Amino acid sequence: MEPLAFGARLWLALTLPFRVLFDGLAARKIVGALEGELLSLSEAKIELQGELEAKARAPEPTVKEIAPEVDHTPALQLLAILQREGRFVDFLQEDVGGFSDADIGAAARVVHEGCTRGLKDVVTLAAIRSEAEGDAVELPAGYDANLNRVTGNVTGEPPFKGTLAHHGWRVEKIRLPELTTGHDPTIIAPAEVEL
Amino acid sequence: MKYAVGIDLGTTNCALSYAGVDGDGDDRNDAPPVPLPIPQVVAPGEVAERTLMPSFLYCPADSQFPPGSLALSWYPNARDVVGVLARSQGASTPGRLVSSAKSWLSHAGVDRRGEILPWEAPEGVPKLSPLQATARYLGHLRAAWEHAHPEAPLDEQDVVLCVPASFDPVARELTLEAAELAGFDEPPRLLEEPQAALYAWVARRGAAWRKEVSVGDVILVVDIGGGTTDFSLIAVREEEGVLQLERVAVGDHILLGGDNMDLALAYTVRARMEAEGKELDDWQVRALTHGCRAAKETLLGEGAPEVAPLVIPGRGSKLIGGTIRTELTRAELDAVLLEGFFPEVGVDARPQTPRRMGLTTLGLPYPADAAITRHLAAFLARSATTRTTGGDERSFVHPTAILFNGGVTRSPMIRERISAIVTRWATGEGGVGPKVLEGIDAELAVSHGAAYYARARREGGVRIRGGTVQAYYVGIERSELAVPGIPPRVDAVCVAPFGMEEGSEVSLPQAFGLVVGEPVSFRFFGSSSRREDTVGTTTTPAQLAELAPIETALEGLRTPKASEHEQAASGAIAEEIVQVRLHARVTEVGTLELSAVEDAPAGRETPGRRWKLSFDVRGQG
Repeated sequence: MEPLAFGARLWLALTLPFRVLFDGLAARKIVGALEGELLSLSEAKIELQGELEAKARAPEPTVKEIAPEVDHTPALQLLAILQREGRFVDFLQEDVGGFSDADIGAAARVVHEGCTRGLKDVVTLAAIRSEAEGDAVELPAGYDANLNRVTGNVTGEPPFKGTLAHHGWRVEKIRLPELTTGHDPTIIAPAEVEL
Repeated sequence: MKYAVGIDLGTTNCALSYAGVDGDGDDRNDAPPVPLPIPQVVAPGEVAERTLMPSFLYCPADSQFPPGSLALSWYPNARDVVGVLARSQGASTPGRLVSSAKSWLSHAGVDRRGEILPWEAPEGVPKLSPLQATARYLGHLRAAWEHAHPEAPLDEQDVVLCVPASFDPVARELTLEAAELAGFDEPPRLLEEPQAALYAWVARRGAAWRKEVSVGDVILVVDIGGGTTDFSLIAVREEEGVLQLERVAVGDHILLGGDNMDLALAYTVRARMEAEGKELDDWQVRALTHGCRAAKETLLGEGAPEVAPLVIPGRGSKLIGGTIRTELTRAELDAVLLEGFFPEVGVDARPQTPRRMGLTTLGLPYPADAAITRHLAAFLARSATTRTTGGDERSFVHPTAILFNGGVTRSPMIRERISAIVTRWATGEGGVGPKVLEGIDAELAVSHGAAYYARARREGGVRIRGGTVQAYYVGIERSELAVPGIPPRVDAVCVAPFGMEEGSEVSLPQAFGLVVGEPVSFRFFGSSSRREDTVGTTTTPAQLAELAPIETALEGLRTPKASEHEQAASGAIAEEIVQVRLHARVTEVGTLELSAVEDAPAGRETPGRRWKLSFDVRGQG
C-alpha cells in the first residue's frame, strides 16, 4: 500500500474530525478500515496466559438500513461465485436439522470442493504469521494491532510473549470478474427451467 | 519490445504463452515464457481471466441470456460465446455446443468448410463450419493478446501455432486458413505439439538438457490430452560435435483421451447404481462424470486411498436432501482405466479393428479400441527402421527416454504403468527400459514450448529437425487400352518423400498436358511407413491412406502475350493445352504446397507459369 502524500494527509487531518463527528456511517467505515476488516479476514490471535481482561470497546454504531451509496456489487458477486461453484447459498439456506451427519458431510464435500475452486479464482489467501500454531511468539513494541490481536492476560506494555492460537488470514490479491453493463448482481442464481 | 508467442490450439483447451525477444539485457532472453491471462465470459454478465480457454463454442437461443451479458470489450454485440461459459452451458445444452472442432478440421469424411457444427444439432440452431469454429478460438486468443498488449500487434510478433504431429497437409493448411479468417495477416509458423512439449522440457532444463540425454537416445513423447492421444519419436544425434534432435516418427491421430476415461468411469458407476435401484437423470450423470474426474485424480495420485467418495448433488435448491452418495473404488478404477485404457499387452498386440458395418455414420472417427498401450505397440513396431533402431535387429523401436504430456499423464500411476510396459517390451528383446524426462507443466507445456521455439528461431538455440511426417503421392491413371466398363487403373506416384525439410522443393519427372479452364482433379495419398520412396517412386494406392483430392480449374490461364480480345478472335481460349509438371514445396510456415509449373518451351527465356493447387475438403462421405 502506498503512503498518502503530505497534502492529502493535511486535508484529511483537517476534515476527518468533522466527518467522524457528524457522519456515523463514515465513522463506521474508518473504524472498519483501521481494524483491517477489508484485508484481514481474521486476525492472528495470541493467547496470553493468565487472567482475562475485558477489552474496552467503543459501542457499535447502529446502521438501520443499507445506505444507497454503498456499492454492494463485489460482495454479491462473491456470493454468486460461491453459489455457482459450490452451492454455498443452497447449503446455508437448507435446514440441516433433520439430516444425519453423513448426509451433511456428503453435501459439504460439494460445497468444499466447489467453493475452494471458486475462491481460488477470485482471491489469493495467505497466513499472516508464518510460525506454526502453538509456537511461542513475541510481539515487539509498536507491533501492528491490525495484524495481531492479543487476548488473555494483557497487562503492561509490549513486547508481549505468548502462544500463537491462530495464524490469521490475509487476502493478498483479489480479482473479481468484470461485470457487463446491465448485469444485476442481486441475482445470485437465476431460476433454472429445463425444456 | 518484441515477443515470441506460442499458441496451443488444443482439442479441449487453448493457451497462449509469450516471452520477450530482443530484450534489453542478457538475462532478459532466458526468462521462461509466461501464459497470457485470457479474458472470457465465465457466467452471463461476468468476464474473468483464465490461463486456459476451453475450446468450446456455444450458440445461445436469442432469449437465452440477457442482452449484452455475453459482451467482451472487443466483441460488444456477442451472439455466441467461447471458453468457460460455453463449456459449462454446453454441458446442459449439448445441441447448441460446438466441441472438438479441431478433430473435425482433420476429419476427411466431412466438408470442412461446410456449416455442419454443432454436429446433429436440432433445427433452427445456427451452424458453423469446423474452419469457422477454429477461427473463432484463434480470433479470441488474438483479441485477448491485442487487448493486453496494444503496443505490440500480434502480426508484428513471432507467432508459432501448434498442430498435432499427425495432422496431414490438408488439416495444416486449413489451420492456417482459420488463422487468416481470424485476422492473422501474417501466417503463424506451424509446430507439431509433441515437439513443442520437448522444447518446453529443454527450456525447463536449460543447458543441462544436453547432460540428460546422449547420442543414440530415442525419446518417445506420449501426449494424452482431454480428447486425443499422440505419439512421436525424437532421436538424439550428433552433428559436428553438437547434440541435435530429430523427429523420426509420428503416430496416427487417436481420438481418445482423459474425457473418454471419465465417461467410462461414470458409466461403470451408473451401472452399479442402477443395479442398486438408483436411477440417475442426464443432469446427474454429468455431475457424476465431473465427480469421477476428481475421484480419478485422487485415486491416481501419490499415496492414494483405496476408495474415493463420489457425491452427486441434487439439482434443486435442496442440496443436502437431493445429494446422492457413492464411491469409486480402486478395483473399479483398475478394471476400467488401467485394464481398459492401459492393459498390459505384449509388444505384438495391435488395436482391434471394428467389424465393418454396412452403414457407418459420418461422425468423428473414434477408435474402436480404447487400449492406448495397443496403439503404442503398433506405433513402435511400425516405426522400426534402420534409422530409428540404430541398425539392430529389433522388431520395434526401443525408446530410451519418455516425455509425458497432457492432463492424464500428470498421474504418477499412469506414467509408471506406461514406462513399466515399455520396459517389459524392451527387456523382452534384450534392451533396457526408458527413463522418464520430468519437469514440464502438462497443461501449458505446448504453448510454453512453442514460445521457446519462436524465440530460438530468432536468437538461436536447439532446434528439432523434422521434415514432412509422411510421404505423399498423387494418383495418375495408367495410359493403357481402354476396356469398356472397367475404370482405368491408377498408379500412386510419390510427389513428396518422407522428411522433406521446410523450404525444400521437388518436382515430378512426368509431365502432364492440362487443358485451359477445364477442372483437373488428382487423388492424393499419404503413407507414414514408406520412408525409402523418392520422388517418382510408383506404387499402388491400396498400400496408402487416401487424403483429400487436389483440384484446380487452372483458371486465369492465359498466354501472356495474347490479349483476351485476340484470343477470343482466334478462338484459342478453351483450346490451349499447357505442358506442366507437379512441384511439391514445404513452405516456411510448415505446410505442403503443390503447384503445377509450366514447362518453359525450348528457347523461351522466361520461367514457366505456376499455379498453386488446392485441396478439395468437401469430404468424400
